[in-house]
Amino acid sequence: MQFMLLFSRQGKLRLQKWYVPLSDKERKKISRDLVQTILARKPKMCSFLEWRDLKIVYKRYASLYFCCAVEDQDNELITLEIIHRYVELLDKYFGSVCELDIIFNFEKAYFILDEFLLGGEAQETSKKNVLKAIEQADLLQEVRLLTDP
Amino acid sequence: MPAVSKGDGMRGLAVFISDIRNCKSKEAEIKRINKELANIRSKFKGDKALDGYSKKKYVCKLLFIFLLGHDIDFGHMEAVNLLSSNKYTEKQIGYLFISVLVNSNSELIRLINNAIKNDLSSRNPTFMCLALHCIANVGSREMAEAFAGEIPRILVAGDTMDSVKQSAALCLLRLYKASPDLVLMGEWTSRVVHLLNDQHMGVVTAAISLITCLSSKNPDEFKTCVSLAVSRLSRIVSSASTDLQDYTYYFVPAPWLSCKLLRLLQCYPPPEDGAVKGRLVECLETILNKAQEPPKSKKVQHSNAKNAILFEAISLIIHYDSEPNLLVRACNQLGQFLQHRETNLRYLALESMCTLASSEFSHEAVKTHIETVINALKTERDVSVRQRAADLLYAMCDRSNAKQIVAEMLSYLETADYSIREEMVLKVAILAEKYAVDYSWYVDTILNLIRIAGDYVSEEVWYRVIQIVINRDDVQGYAAKTVFEALQAPACHENMVKVGGYILGEFGNLIAGDPRSSPLVQFNLLHSKFHLCSVPTRALLLSAYIKFINLFPETKATIQEVLRSDSQIRNSDVELQQRAVEYLKLSSIASTDVLATVLEEMPPFPERESSILAKLKKKKGPGAVSVELEDGKERGELNGGGDRGGDAAIAASNASTPSPSADLLGLRSTAPVSGTTPSAGSLLVDVFSEAGPSATSAGVNDDGFLSSAPPTVASEDPAPPLPESDELLNKFVCKNNGVLFENQLLQIGIKSEYRQNLGRMYLFYGNKTSVQFVSFNTTVSCPGELQSQLNVQTKTVEPLVEGGAQVQQVINIECLTDFIDAPLLNIKFRYGGALQNISLKLPVTINKFFQPTEMAAADFFQRWKQLSQPQQEAQKIFKASHGMDTEVLKAKLLGLGTALLENVDPNPENYVCAGVIQTKAQQVGCLLRLEPNAQAQMYRLTLRSSKDTVSQRVCDLLAEQF
Repeated sequence: MQFMLLFSRQGKLRLQKWYVPLSDKERKKISRDLVQTILARKPKMCSFLEWRDLKIVYKRYASLYFCCAVEDQDNELITLEIIHRYVELLDKYFGSVCELDIIFNFEKAYFILDEFLLGGEAQETSKKNVLKAIEQADLLQEVRLLTDP
Repeated sequence: MPAVSKGDGMRGLAVFISDIRNCKSKEAEIKRINKELANIRSKFKGDKALDGYSKKKYVCKLLFIFLLGHDIDFGHMEAVNLLSSNKYTEKQIGYLFISVLVNSNSELIRLINNAIKNDLSSRNPTFMCLALHCIANVGSREMAEAFAGEIPRILVAGDTMDSVKQSAALCLLRLYKASPDLVLMGEWTSRVVHLLNDQHMGVVTAAISLITCLSSKNPDEFKTCVSLAVSRLSRIVSSASTDLQDYTYYFVPAPWLSCKLLRLLQCYPPPEDGAVKGRLVECLETILNKAQEPPKSKKVQHSNAKNAILFEAISLIIHYDSEPNLLVRACNQLGQFLQHRETNLRYLALESMCTLASSEFSHEAVKTHIETVINALKTERDVSVRQRAADLLYAMCDRSNAKQIVAEMLSYLETADYSIREEMVLKVAILAEKYAVDYSWYVDTILNLIRIAGDYVSEEVWYRVIQIVINRDDVQGYAAKTVFEALQAPACHENMVKVGGYILGEFGNLIAGDPRSSPLVQFNLLHSKFHLCSVPTRALLLSAYIKFINLFPETKATIQEVLRSDSQIRNSDVELQQRAVEYLKLSSIASTDVLATVLEEMPPFPERESSILAKLKKKKGPGAVSVELEDGKERGELNGGGDRGGDAAIAASNASTPSPSADLLGLRSTAPVSGTTPSAGSLLVDVFSEAGPSATSAGVNDDGFLSSAPPTVASEDPAPPLPESDELLNKFVCKNNGVLFENQLLQIGIKSEYRQNLGRMYLFYGNKTSVQFVSFNTTVSCPGELQSQLNVQTKTVEPLVEGGAQVQQVINIECLTDFIDAPLLNIKFRYGGALQNISLKLPVTINKFFQPTEMAAADFFQRWKQLSQPQQEAQKIFKASHGMDTEVLKAKLLGLGTALLENVDPNPENYVCAGVIQTKAQQVGCLLRLEPNAQAQMYRLTLRSSKDTVSQRVCDLLAEQF
């Protein structure tokens, strides 16, 4: 996977993760173009499209679009389920996740993503294991809080 | 589950985010952000030391601001400080900031690397994972240099926690992708492959991505993974849906891992071991069988996961292309999906079938779905799905169904989306030409194409129809009749006028017997379109008129009158005016014989690749049109038909090679120098001798119509490489940067870098004049077998180069296997109207892919002896053509790319070197010995390598350097 973008129906980027080195300018251009392209598509259209030399896989969940760019030989359907699994993880962690959760706790959204995908590849697909890792980290911070003066 | 925004939640951050969300306008948002930035800056600069919490909060705010799309130019230092905090959340935010906002500030990188190093050695798995995530997110070369050696050890160590192993595997993958030369698996290879057997599914899932990437680059070293992958796959495929607990996803066991295993197997040919192969075929059959079972859940996630595996299995079946039974089953399965209610599945089925269509085993099976696919083209609501359907029709087209498919594509064109029309036009044009049995069908199809989608018919398409009509005398009469009819339409596309003008000018006589299309009727018809056309088309029509005067003397008076009218002879456009003047003069002065010679029918065009096909390839990238490549023969027969005067045409076209005119009409306002006049030119000069300066001849001879050679096409061919191009190539054997070529107009500079079997070259084209170059175009080609040895990709450059300006072009090179020839670089542009056409050899030589190898004397001699077969050695004894300065020699040998080994050769005057040439197919070890004889001013150069062609080539290249 080359990158993942989360954006709202209004076209505001909520999360961006880049797995290939690109300049800030290129990233902005890509996000702008792609957000426009996807928002222009109708609801019943297919979740895949060719875009430049990449395959775009996207899906809308409530007010948020999740969009991944994968390479030619990558599997579109399994990418679609990568998106779904990430949504499940967010949902489980935040408890019925909504766009606001991701805005106000953007750093958590990034941490969860890092546990699930690393360098653009699935690191751990078990929901239990990913959440356990995040929980442990949260626990670590609570313990520190308690012991801190 | 922890509640969100817990005790330590950063209140200040939440307030700030709320503020931003409440901003009513972009201006208000920027104002609020600037206020916050000022505040943070003062906090960071203030005298009071900030506590960790505040630092974390401010760094997090900066991150938020950056992610909103604003620039952040401070705070990096504070973030780095957080890395060494002993509080987990502070460290975590520090790492996140670094991951998102990398800065190549070297001082900072050193500090970051230090912090990472500490965390990696902390033995605290949570900290280790954070550090590994950071490396994987940044993936820079500096980090690869610092950690590429350490991470494989963490990955395979027995006491590493599973979660750390998972991070380490993917971290290494990212570093390998970015800096493959720094990640050396060597001794770890086998232990990494065996991670496929790990008990922890998560470890296998992570490790297999790394293994797949490494296997695709070094298939031989990793080939033991095949049997491991097959047995792992077999265990998953045969497991019940509950066996794998949390790795079962909506009743599908380990879908991600299954897909990755199937993907890994696509790096290899079918397993040779019969048992392994049998087991794999069984797996693939099971997967195909499962597709027929009723779903275990109605959820789309269930069917997506199941079908993801199915599609990956089909990809593998297509990759093997050796199991007819499986291929046909795959095709049938996809056929079912073509009518599925899920758009996604229809899309993927169309896409996947496209590749099946090119397999001999399944081509026929694919063809049975033609009606469904045509229906998809007509009824799908999503343009991306229709596009797939059009692609599939194109792929499944053959002689048996060409007429149907072309007709359907033509009718689709009438309503097709603008975004895909041009490509559709090209595809129709190619299919029509390729499968034309009778040429009247071909002509009809192309004229229909122009009628339906004239705006999208590129020059290549109408050039091509003219080439074919000219070369086939059996279709000329039909073509003339058809264009005449097409031109009757009250509104016809300008491209139709062009084709009509050209064809009637050549072959109008074939239909002139019918009073309904008598010469004057033809002329009036053409001339009725004249005023609506653009300048290039008018110029073409003028040429058609002068041809009419030759074909039909009875039209002479009428046409001369037209030429003489003020709107022609005083036209403000220089080209039109010149043509009118010259044609008028020509028609009144020249005798009938001279006229007949000058205006003779066009000779056949030399056989060449269809320019349309070239264009489609360019549009879609290589590989996309592979279907046609087998078909060169058929096209040859189609187009090389006519044999009248073929040799003369080629001779003439050679004579006029430097003559410009890259477009059919050669709309140039300035005259070429008389030296470039083609053979027919001398005649013209005679004709005009009383009319004045030789410049008049130019207007005629750069016209595609009049010169007896077909200049349009001929002059577009790249020039042969310059005689000095070999010498220029030799200049770059031992260096990567410099000036490749220079003349009065143009300078070409080169910068290049190579890593493993990959190279990147930057070409800088400098315009040395003060006048812009137009139609600037460069192409890189690999002649002959080089095509299969090097993979060269370029981006096109802007067609305009302003005076004094420089444009850059990047060329990516992949060495597939060893090679001898160099790729050709052709540069074409117009300078003040004259076409410049330069071909050079691109200095890509086999030694660029050397990886230096250091070794001790004993090693060197042992390997030297191992390579003692006569064909492994190449030797040259030659005279020094430069000074024999030691330092210069050393610099050249290092520049060659090998390691210069000191204290190896017993004779200190001699030089020995060692290196490995990295190609995609294999690595070739190479040893070198250079023995200078200062007295005799001679050298003896000896090369030994495991491959004879390599020894010889490196020896040849290097012998030119001293």
